[in-house]
Amino acid sequence: MSRYILGISAFYHDSAAALLKDGKVVFAAQEERFNRVKNFPGFPARAVRAALDWAEKREGKGPGLAGVEAVAFYDKPLLKFERLIETYYAYAPRGFAQFLSAAPVWVGEKMLLKRTLRKELAKIDPSAAGIKLLFPEHHLSHAASAFYPSPFGEAAVLTVDGVGEWATASICAGRGKDLTILKELRFPHSLGLLYSAFTAYTGFKVNSGEYKLMGLAPYGDPASSRTAAFIRKIKDVLADLKDDGSVRLDQDYFDYTTGLKMTKDDRWEALFGLPPRRPGSALKQEYCDMALAAQEFTGEALCRIAAHAVALTGSRDLCLAGGVALNCVANGRILKAGICDRIWIQPAAGDAGGALGAALAAWHIYSGEPRVPEVPDGMGGALLGPDYTGEEAETFARSAGAVYEKLGYGELCARTAKLLASGAVVGWFQGRMEWGPRALGNRSILADARDPEMRKKLNLKIKHREGFRPFAPSVREEDAGEFFEDGFASPYMLLIDHVSRPRRIPGPAHGAAPDLEEKLSRPNSDIPAVTHLDHSSRVQTVSGRTNPRYHALLTAFKELTGCGLLVNTSFNVREEPIVCSPADAYACFMRTDLDHLVMGDLLFDKARQPRRTAAEDGGGDYADD
Amino acid sequence: MLEFLGDFWKFLKARRKWWLVPVVLALLLFGALFLLSGGSAVSPFIYTLF
Repeated sequence: MSRYILGISAFYHDSAAALLKDGKVVFAAQEERFNRVKNFPGFPARAVRAALDWAEKREGKGPGLAGVEAVAFYDKPLLKFERLIETYYAYAPRGFAQFLSAAPVWVGEKMLLKRTLRKELAKIDPSAAGIKLLFPEHHLSHAASAFYPSPFGEAAVLTVDGVGEWATASICAGRGKDLTILKELRFPHSLGLLYSAFTAYTGFKVNSGEYKLMGLAPYGDPASSRTAAFIRKIKDVLADLKDDGSVRLDQDYFDYTTGLKMTKDDRWEALFGLPPRRPGSALKQEYCDMALAAQEFTGEALCRIAAHAVALTGSRDLCLAGGVALNCVANGRILKAGICDRIWIQPAAGDAGGALGAALAAWHIYSGEPRVPEVPDGMGGALLGPDYTGEEAETFARSAGAVYEKLGYGELCARTAKLLASGAVVGWFQGRMEWGPRALGNRSILADARDPEMRKKLNLKIKHREGFRPFAPSVREEDAGEFFEDGFASPYMLLIDHVSRPRRIPGPAHGAAPDLEEKLSRPNSDIPAVTHLDHSSRVQTVSGRTNPRYHALLTAFKELTGCGLLVNTSFNVREEPIVCSPADAYACFMRTDLDHLVMGDLLFDKARQPRRTAAEDGGGDYADD
Repeated sequence: MLEFLGDFWKFLKARRKWWLVPVVLALLLFGALFLLSGGSAVSPFIYTLF
């Protein structure tokens, strides 16, 4: 009889559920995809139900909650509570107002978490009220999510994020089924919180806008004295960077310990000579330089920690997780610097991934079950969410009154490739939904990367997001070296590579173009839609083994155009989670300027669809994200 | 609640943070007031103060 373990992350941000069957992940998804609330922090009831439904659909008879051996939550609530209390005590009487407002929440969410979890689980299945609950530490959950699914028998494991209970970064040694914490950096000193502080200061949202800061950094001028001065000030004043990559943050400049903000703005303004940027206001060069400085510092710190992790463990294979491991620029820097031989990053490196890590920690550490590493890894290409049969998609399409053609897969790929080559933008909805923040070719918007106008069109007309943001390419694994300098495997879009030199188009020096839009409008390679200003590119390499359908489409596009690479951006619009169901996909297709939608074997042409109201399509206003 | 108190006792023994006891009791009382008042955390005290 099979054994099941359910992992849950919740009550902070990006809540999620993951299900293990006999120690192998069979389902994992974020709650936001089901309830359509981006970064949803509450209990992931729908994701749990979807996981159980998935097992039932596959097995004929699933475990139900009553058949789950244990539920593992991704952190230790009492330890987190201890940190909150000790922090307020240390800074008292500062932060008393925030303490008063937060205290009732702590009582409910931290102190009585077991009760809350049991109550929520009982709503799904009343017979699950007495289920076993386990609470691995936050960074152990991250480390487990990084090491156990990796292909390595032994590895150095590095986790870096804002904060868990006390730890903000950890170095672990992974060997077989054992995972040992060797070293931790503790709150309030945190590389993740430092990056979030810069995210907030440059006008983006903490816990979701960090990747925008990363995307802004290449617009900074690496040769300018201002950027150099910013880096110097970060190192000399804000953050004392040690040889092992740990940091000590001068708390006189930060407000996150007891306040409701990340930074003490007056002190930052005095330090950098730059006021905080108002969200949505114009992005001046100064803020780009600041983003570059923050990115440079973070990259250097991560390289030092990674080198220290390799030295401590004696292993040259490195696993990464934690929110900072979503920083693909820093990840690419670690790999390119030759600090390790191989790197493996959990595709859901942020807190959502803690659900999977908690479940894996329960299986291997608590239950002591052995581990056999899988090649290429144990994540199944991160295609771990729900899927919908062709029949379900067609039933939906008929009920929505949609007009579509049903095609054989070979013809569908050929037709889609032809549409893409003619400049069309296509919503591509196939198979199981991706796990993690990146669309990997199952819930994606695809376009031709060679088109110099494509980035603008996608940003402004389809995604309704800031024009400065770059797009990422999907390339056939075997073709990566044709387009990129290193051409390494990057199946989860978590590593930066650089467009190969012969493909680059030399541009004007930094500062020559007056604004970001202008800088962007000049093609800088023969795949301009996916080439950032510094010729970097957040690559996804697609393997025919893990995603044969998507690989076949790339092959069809290559046969037609000679280019086995496409723009791949997530199938959603600004401030909306990535689509999950056929209904979400069709609604998104209808309320954007997408030209075509491919759902399973069905091809939808926008020009042939019946008119729908904005309400039917889920509205059309896009808030700042 | 009994489960929480049991867990908390084990936690205190492991961490040796006995000074957390009065803080937690106060917070539980505060939380109970909050739940009873059905509103903001400070609302139970407003009429007492003014």
